[in-house]
Amino acid sequence: MAIGVKVLKRPEHQVSYVRATLKGMALTFKHMFEKKVTMQYPEEKSTGSEHGMGQWSISQRWRGTHRMLTDEQGRSKCVACGLCPQICPANCIKLVPGEDERGDRYPLIYEIDEFRCVFCGYCQEVCPEEAIHVGVHYENSEYSRDRFVYDLERLSSQTHTVSTLWDPTDPKGE
Amino acid sequence: MKGFLLLSVLKMLMVFTVIMVGVALLTLMERKVSAWMQNRRGPNRVGPAGLLQPAADGLKNILKEETSPALAHRWLFLLAPAFSFIPALLLFAVIPFGAPLPVDFDFTLGPLGRFVHQGSMPMVVADLPIGFLFVLAISSMGVYGIALAGWSSNSKYALLGGLRASAQMVSYEVAMGLSLIPVLLMSGSVSLSAIVRDQQMGLWYVLPLFLSFFIFLISGFAETNRLPFDMPEAESELIAGYHTEYSAMKFSFFFIAEYANVVTVCAMVTTLFFGGWDIPFTHWDEAGGVWQSIATAGFFFVKVMFWIFFVMWIRWTLPRFRYDQLMALGWKVLMPLALAYIMVVCVAIYVIRRILGITDPIYEGLVLFGLSVVVAFLVFGILDSGTFIKGSARQRSTLNARARRAPVTS
Repeated sequence: MAIGVKVLKRPEHQVSYVRATLKGMALTFKHMFEKKVTMQYPEEKSTGSEHGMGQWSISQRWRGTHRMLTDEQGRSKCVACGLCPQICPANCIKLVPGEDERGDRYPLIYEIDEFRCVFCGYCQEVCPEEAIHVGVHYENSEYSRDRFVYDLERLSSQTHTVSTLWDPTDPKGE
Repeated sequence: MKGFLLLSVLKMLMVFTVIMVGVALLTLMERKVSAWMQNRRGPNRVGPAGLLQPAADGLKNILKEETSPALAHRWLFLLAPAFSFIPALLLFAVIPFGAPLPVDFDFTLGPLGRFVHQGSMPMVVADLPIGFLFVLAISSMGVYGIALAGWSSNSKYALLGGLRASAQMVSYEVAMGLSLIPVLLMSGSVSLSAIVRDQQMGLWYVLPLFLSFFIFLISGFAETNRLPFDMPEAESELIAGYHTEYSAMKFSFFFIAEYANVVTVCAMVTTLFFGGWDIPFTHWDEAGGVWQSIATAGFFFVKVMFWIFFVMWIRWTLPRFRYDQLMALGWKVLMPLALAYIMVVCVAIYVIRRILGITDPIYEGLVLFGLSVVVAFLVFGILDSGTFIKGSARQRSTLNARARRAPVTS
């Protein structure tokens, strides 16, 4: 034989098809009364482990919909340094910096295209002010495409928990 | 005469309605059973517990576009679903589903004339004296629908599916027919009503004729193209087999036909081996009456539902056979087994009735039951070991031996 095929020896003479079938049927019958694993999604869902909803919870490191944090006066923490559009591999952040009367920089336009985003989380990692974050959130369906470009106001009004990104000193997340 | 006609039409309507609604619900049951066996919930969005799912499916199928392949044979392509659908429904005409119902009426209905009926009405659409042969004849017609669907689609997958289906169904037809000969030997009649009556007096045939039941069940699976014998559809190999090119309601008809076939085979198993509408351990049901009819019909329904569940259970347990294994099982195992069993039962019945002179059907059944225990042990304990499950090692070694023996021609 030209082709070397490894053939496993089976205990053919101790095996009966009918007995094997009955064994299999007993197994499937047992499964009928076991706990169902389906999560009834729209009714029961996971919105992060601290809410304790649903049978499972998504990881705290989940990188989902972005969120811009604000300071006590309700202004965004962003200082328009330009690091996040610089590092963004998908080029989905549009930032136009402005300057107020005190000489502080702030974003005139800050837009994130959620369609283009690859949710790598670099923007959160690179941000010196801890302003832009990716969040533990996954439901962002819309009726039109242009609704997926989130502006500054919309980013600031998100309320979901922010992601704790992967920490090299704590690789298992404990 | 008119009374008989009226009753027949009513029975036809009833059976047709029950089968069609039942088949629709069976699609839901199949999905539910499969889900439960896989720790899922199954369809539960449409209606309470998903009960309206068949209605939603049907509506969707009616509204879908009817596609027709450009090179298909137009008329056969149209007719094939009907060809597979009609035999499945026809078969149910001869299956008795309840104790005879006493019906007495005598009324005149305007220009239609006088309707008279007296005495008991058999709870079967057509109580044919040759019901059994009718079943064998019609069940073999189902293959036309599938073969024609495969051929007329003008598609390689459909054609292969149709070829496989016809080969498989013709092969298992043989084993199926032969496995039922012992039933005829026991009952001495080809009328299904007589077979049911005989089982009421003696034992249910599953006990004295266990091997027949077993072969019939396997052949039934093959005849209905259900797993583990669903080669004609084999998704991983043939896309969808013979109904690859069908869409919308025409596709739906194949689906309905498949489930109608399942119902019919289950009803046949019940009628031939599990006493039909008989309620065991009592003779109350044989007296005849309205309550008896209702109770026995309910009992028949429960038995058939159990077998339908069994069919689904098998489907979600066993993997698909390989095609050569399927053919080998049909021709090399089931057919010789059925033939040998006919001889065994012939001899046994001759010995019991003529030599030992036992006439009580119950004692006769018990003696044959003892025999069938021995036969079952022989078949499942000894013959089955290492026969049906075969590793490729043995086949490979025989191939190698043949290759070594053959002269080198180069």
